Amino acid sequence: MGELVLSKLDKVYRSKRTSVHAVKSFDLTVKPGEIVALLGSSGCGKTSTLRMIAGFEEVTSGSISLDGRVIHTLSPSQRGVAMAFEAYSLYPPLTIGENIAFALKAARLPAAQQQILVKNIAEMLEIAGILNRYPSSVSGGQQQRASLGRALVRKASLYLLDEPMGQLEPQLRAVLRGRIKHFLRENNCTTILVTHDQTEANALADRIAVMEGGVLQQYATPAELKARPANLFTGAFIGEPPMNIFDAKITAAAREIRFDIEGGVSLAYPVSDFSPDVQRLIAGRREVALGIRPHAFHIGNGALRGKVISCQWLGDQTHVAVDIGGRTVVSVSHARVDKQPGNEIGLSALAADLHIFDAETGRAVAHGGSPA
Amino acid sequence: MDHTSTFERILRGILLALVVLFFMFPIFWILLMSFQTNESILRMPPSVFFTPTFDNYIALVTGEMRTAAGSLQLNFMQNLWNSVLLSTTSVAVALVLGVPAAYAFARFKFRLGEDIAFTLLSFRFAPPLLVLLPLSLYFKSLGLTNTYIGLIWVYQLICLPLILWIVRGYFEDLSPDIEHAHRIAGYSWFQTFRKIAVPLALPGIAAAGLLAFIFSWNNFVFALVLASADKQPVTVGALAFVTASGIQYGQIAAAIVMSVIPTFVLAMFAQRYLVEGLSLGAVKG
Ligand SMILES: Nc1ncnc2c1ncn2[C@@H]1O[C@H](COP(=O)(O)OP(=O)(O)OP(=O)(O)O)[C@@H](O)[C@H]1O
Ligand SMILES: [Mg+2]
Repeated sequence: MGELVLSKLDKVYRSKRTSVHAVKSFDLTVKPGEIVALLGSSGCGKTSTLRMIAGFEEVTSGSISLDGRVIHTLSPSQRGVAMAFEAYSLYPPLTIGENIAFALKAARLPAAQQQILVKNIAEMLEIAGILNRYPSSVSGGQQQRASLGRALVRKASLYLLDEPMGQLEPQLRAVLRGRIKHFLRENNCTTILVTHDQTEANALADRIAVMEGGVLQQYATPAELKARPANLFTGAFIGEPPMNIFDAKITAAAREIRFDIEGGVSLAYPVSDFSPDVQRLIAGRREVALGIRPHAFHIGNGALRGKVISCQWLGDQTHVAVDIGGRTVVSVSHARVDKQPGNEIGLSALAADLHIFDAETGRAVAHGGSPA
Repeated sequence: MDHTSTFERILRGILLALVVLFFMFPIFWILLMSFQTNESILRMPPSVFFTPTFDNYIALVTGEMRTAAGSLQLNFMQNLWNSVLLSTTSVAVALVLGVPAAYAFARFKFRLGEDIAFTLLSFRFAPPLLVLLPLSLYFKSLGLTNTYIGLIWVYQLICLPLILWIVRGYFEDLSPDIEHAHRIAGYSWFQTFRKIAVPLALPGIAAAGLLAFIFSWNNFVFALVLASADKQPVTVGALAFVTASGIQYGQIAAAIVMSVIPTFVLAMFAQRYLVEGLSLGAVKG
């Protein structure tokens, strides 16, 4: 229900011997009712960001505002933020049900209403059967859902969910994903969700913020993130299996543009495959990083020739790893491919599926024939 | 669960009995002594058979000690009361001051925090005699000599560091996120401290309080120097049993039994509580 604005947020953990710059000049705006996923490798500063928003860590510099109210100077109890913790953090002497209810108690809701709310949330999260048990006597996944329930049950301007489903099996996760999305939408909850699961981020989030080394790399819709990664990091980070990245030398001739890849192979395209803008952007460059997603490869007799290392049919797609010029390239086909290790094979990709990055800065230059 | 053979169980029983006997023997012997006259205690060879008498206890309670050389006044009941008063109040004061301080040291990093905590700990390894002489001079000029307040104040040297360091450890072991979850639900810092942190650290607080009580109870030298007979605890009062006409072993034994009872009761109570607190446990994650 609230709009969250983080601006120039910095977090430095200082101790006697070291100082860790966990979050660097982080800007993010979450619109009212929007669900944003925070995606990034372990230790990149996701939890630190949430903790600053919730008020458990001081902001080193920068500001946080929610609903137009500057909140980073307020105490956690005044911020109107609900949070599900990475480590659950249930209160041991209370039952699961009491744990979920204790924020409602603080809000002085009538007991009957508390019970209804707790029951509804518990049913949604499939923990209705354990409301009378104590945290130490239920499983990790159940504790995690209780912790999620404790956050969702109350009215807040902002919901922070730190890896809320990390402990659950994929089937249950898929079911809950749908219900939680429905719940968040229904109640128009502004939400930041931390996750390591890209499927979860894609399914739940309106926008995804990709973070690395404390720096926001890109903030975009799931589709855009995949189609137009802003830099090498997001290119390689988003997508399963990850994008193949080649160091390539560009030769732009009158009629064709050629990418010479280490190992003596090359990809050539007619100039007309690239828009004039891209041609201009490429013209001055000699070296680029070329990104091609595994799904974009056509497996057959393409120009990227090499020996098959492994070929696995996963039931709905084939993963083929190919040794091209001494490095392993992964390609995925939705058809069944029957190749033996050692077989000679050729990969090709359309110009529309190329991602061209600056070799030095890693910034995107062009995606699929149009400028980044 | 019980796969042990009868033989093993019997053996274990015997061994346990031996260990208990070994450790409890002095106390058992003292208990026997407290029901005997000095003559029967000192007879050779010693024997566990005697005609029990309550004279020792009667002497302690009435405050009149009859010895071969005549009758002496005893302050024992007053001393016992002093011990109870001094120890209980000292521990209570130390808990009120120490628990919030321990919380602060565990949760907040502030300038000189570690140094202050360490200074407080260092009170524990400074020999009391080192501070006693200057302290007695100060106490004279402050008018604190031979007052309960003065003694309770000095007893903080014993209680406060104990409570601070033990309870701090317990607070540090609690996940701060449990408190965070409570705070974010709309509770203030103090409510969270009272409703979450203190209850979760209660086993630790009980243990620290019990230890502090025992240390205060057993303290001898502070009260010996800083107070006179009417304010002194049993530890010092027991000196009165060493009389001109000999040492009153029977009465010493009775005094020991009576002065052990409060600590013993407290320990029994706190122990049950400690176990309860620990079995709630699982303060992990
Ligand atoms: N209290 C702290 N004191 C010092 N350094 C810290 C502290 N908390 C986190 N860090 C450091 O800050 C960086 C970011 O940590 P953070 O917990 O935000 O990562 P994260 O993105 O949530 O990782 P994960 O996905 O593993 O949960 C890490 O390098 C971590 O070591
Ligand atoms: Mg984290």
